[in-house]
Amino acid sequence: MAKMTLEQLRKLREEKKQDLTRREVEGKEIQVIVGMGTCGIAAGAKLTFDAIVEQVNAAGLGDQVVIRQTGCMGLCYVEPTVEVALPGMPTVIYGKMTKDFAKELVTKHLVEHKLLDDHIFDRPAADIMKK
Amino acid sequence: MHYGLGDYVLDIAQNAVEAGSSEVVVELDESEAGFRVAIRDNGRGMTEEQRACALDPFYSDGTKHASRKVGLGLPFLVQAVELAGGRWSIESEKGVGTEVEFDFPSASVDSPPAGDLASLELGLLCLPGDYEMIVRRSGPRGSYELKRSELAEAVGGLELASSLALLKDYLASMEEDD
Repeated sequence: MAKMTLEQLRKLREEKKQDLTRREVEGKEIQVIVGMGTCGIAAGAKLTFDAIVEQVNAAGLGDQVVIRQTGCMGLCYVEPTVEVALPGMPTVIYGKMTKDFAKELVTKHLVEHKLLDDHIFDRPAADIMKK
Repeated sequence: MHYGLGDYVLDIAQNAVEAGSSEVVVELDESEAGFRVAIRDNGRGMTEEQRACALDPFYSDGTKHASRKVGLGLPFLVQAVELAGGRWSIESEKGVGTEVEFDFPSASVDSPPAGDLASLELGLLCLPGDYEMIVRRSGPRGSYELKRSELAEAVGGLELASSLALLKDYLASMEEDD
């Protein structure tokens, strides 16, 4: 494969865009946020981010899920951390989410709407909460 | 401690973005001699005293986490570069910006693996905030430049999983031969 041009990238996006307008009717935004502070990076958060992008798309949810990076969520001892906000479910922060758990996160939480009980670390540490 | 070269670059680039920069330039130059990286921003910069403190792992300016007493990004980098026998420099001017430059010699077994450059670039482009990011990459398979604003426009924003997947494919293709 050779280097893609920006024009080819735009074309590829146009092709996929039709799917997007079809699905927008559902109008739900699911957010997955990966902690990418020094602590997260050291624990492999970059690999987790990549794996989540891959798994979300593999599950056909590419146009419904927003994936973001953020800094340290205050849970350095259980990195990598991933926050998931899905309408109708409690917002949770999962810890110890190495890349191997990306598939479980997508199939269980995003598709089946079930929490990953063993990974819940809930709220961020008190020192970074807004007063 | 970080594992790959990309981890160090992403960590320092995040500092650059969080310094309120409107533009960050990341240079990734790979040659037979080693890997040279430069990260330049036009953010708030540091005084000479702050610059010296930033190298202390038990220092943090306290703006991010009020009661936190550690800041490991730069100390990790300096430790790794010195271990591998590379060079590093940090130049900064208050109100003007900061430039961090370092290299890892390929001859040293202590240099971290370069790893997946496309994955690093995806991380760089998706750091949160409103800023321009320019990545200049040169290596054994030629050279190319990435511009965050241009790519965001091409794939329809940098947040939707489908857009990120497209961008990832694009970045992987850039690491192929010309």
